[in-house]
Amino acid sequence: MLKIENLHARVAGKEILKGLSLEAKPGEVHAIMGPNGAGKSTLGNVIAGRAGYEVTQGSVTFDGNDLLAMEPEARAAAGVFLAFQYPVEIPGVNNTYFLRAALNAQRKARGETELDSMQFLKLVRERVKEMGMTPELLNRAVNQGFSGGEKKRNEVFQMAVLEPRLAILDETDSGLDIDALKQVAEGVNRLRSPERSSLVITHYQRLLDYIVPDFVHVLADGRIVESGDATLAKELEAHGYAWVRDRTPREAHA
Amino acid sequence: MNAAATPFVESMQAAAVSGLPGSGVAWLDEARHAALRAFVERGLPDTRNELWKYTALRALQQRAYAPRDDEVASRGVADDLLRLDGCDGPRAVFVNGVFRGDLSRLDELAGSITLQPLSHALQHRPEPLRFLLGARADEDEDGFTLLNRALAADGLVVRVADGARISQPLHVVHVGTNAGSAVAWHLRDLIELGDGASLAVIEHHVGDDTSGHLANIVRTITLRAHARLGWTIVQRASEDATLLRHTDCVLHDNAELDFHALELGGKLSRHELRVDLAGDRARFASRGAFVLDGRQHCDTEVLVTHRGRDTVSDSLWRGVASDRARGVVHGRILVQPGADGSDGSFYNKNLLLSPTAEIDTRPALEIYADEVKANHGATVGQLDDNVLFYLRSRGIPLDTARRMLVRAFCAVTLDGIRPAPLRGFCETLLAEQLPEAEA
Repeated sequence: MLKIENLHARVAGKEILKGLSLEAKPGEVHAIMGPNGAGKSTLGNVIAGRAGYEVTQGSVTFDGNDLLAMEPEARAAAGVFLAFQYPVEIPGVNNTYFLRAALNAQRKARGETELDSMQFLKLVRERVKEMGMTPELLNRAVNQGFSGGEKKRNEVFQMAVLEPRLAILDETDSGLDIDALKQVAEGVNRLRSPERSSLVITHYQRLLDYIVPDFVHVLADGRIVESGDATLAKELEAHGYAWVRDRTPREAHA
Repeated sequence: MNAAATPFVESMQAAAVSGLPGSGVAWLDEARHAALRAFVERGLPDTRNELWKYTALRALQQRAYAPRDDEVASRGVADDLLRLDGCDGPRAVFVNGVFRGDLSRLDELAGSITLQPLSHALQHRPEPLRFLLGARADEDEDGFTLLNRALAADGLVVRVADGARISQPLHVVHVGTNAGSAVAWHLRDLIELGDGASLAVIEHHVGDDTSGHLANIVRTITLRAHARLGWTIVQRASEDATLLRHTDCVLHDNAELDFHALELGGKLSRHELRVDLAGDRARFASRGAFVLDGRQHCDTEVLVTHRGRDTVSDSLWRGVASDRARGVVHGRILVQPGADGSDGSFYNKNLLLSPTAEIDTRPALEIYADEVKANHGATVGQLDDNVLFYLRSRGIPLDTARRMLVRAFCAVTLDGIRPAPLRGFCETLLAEQLPEAEA
């Protein structure tokens, strides 16, 4: 489904990703862990298509298509979703209106029929209930005046409505209390299916107690230096990232 | 000394004062001739005039206009130009600057409101208007108000009786339609609300052609004590139109003026809105937006004078310019000696959607009283790339995302528009105004 090969990417002239390779098959949940500055968020942003990231080498394909050649909205319509580390506030744009516009734009791009307001409302009500969202938030401007936790929950709520095939969660756990963390994890787990996959980018192991990944990758200095199953996350928690660095062959951080 | 004899000035001189409604009335003839002479001396305002600093009229100087549309009485007007969502009550229609009773609906007016076209008033009973039209021009009047004094042939004279609260909005439509050549018309409005009276006016400028007419409208609005006027302008003049408006409002004790404007049309449009908060506790609120494309030029001057005690003014404007359009916003709050306890604010934010668009905004405060609150602020910026990316990452195409954000940017100025269907219509207009795609 998602195939990243030897990805090199620069931000403002500085090389951040230095030969990252990763493959995620349908149904798999991959956790990407690593210290600050390792390139975790850059990976998410390159996949979603944020401007300012220059890919100098390598490829990213999604269902065999060159993702890097697609506009961000086309990537979304293809099924890619990035839950932002810092969700933006959009004054004057109503949350429900925004989400319906997004869903229908994606459906239109895929050649599916658009949902009318009744159908959309029904869908949103179901998801609100499942996510434990405060319904009032739907009638507010997108993320405006939301607490940190509400913003993150709104990201996962959007994901639940848009039902992407590849969800990338960029430090969605940061700044969440334990209840919010559980709700976010439930939202992600609910989407788990044999057709979908997720990249869960996180600094801490905590989230992975609730979203048990199939694979854990340690990202350091722009490439994956260690991969394993869910137990790798526990090891990291116990020993810290220095432990990985010490285990890494010298040439990897030369 | 006469100003340069440009094609514009010559065509206005040729328009001649004779043959206008009310001509033959000695005081009116005299006032009109004096104003025309003053215009020829003074010419059009140039950019040395502080209020015209960013609106150059060089192109206009080279244009000549016909003094009237001789077939105006028989011009057909598409019904959809006369309609406006939420306005199905009384309606006054002007076509190419001439009142058209056949297209208007004035029989639905309440008994406590009198409305006459200026042309009728001048032909039948000019004397009550002598205080206004017979008065000498001020020293600092610009060329357009002088021209209006000289050549105004029509307009609206509206009076609302003391205590009368008119529930249905009055819909005023100004239509520019093909007349074979570009026509200049000059309209003079007088609107007066008696003590405690209230009225809502919805003014709609529309056009269906590209012959590039010029409309020059001057208004005097008087709100007596406790009167309330709601006034909304939806400006969709045709793309080659020139539209100049000068409005003087005087508010007496406790009077309230609630003003909304959505400026979308015209090649060159300007509104100089002067509000004199003369009475104690008078209140003025304005909300306005312009969205410009191509080479449109729109100039808004909001000049508020706090004269009474505890007066309040509160203005919020949004401007959006793309392509090579140019917006000008000048918000001035002047607090006169003795206007203690005044509270004035003027805020203006603008968005540039292309590198060749330009918006000049100048908020200004002049305060000569004590215990005054006055705030102002102005910004010019661009759409936030982070926000655009956020929308696109959810599947919303770039064009739609930009429209959505511009609409949101201006929404705050439309929120108070009543009735609700009109507000909805304005939101739609706003979205449609935006260009298809721009890098």
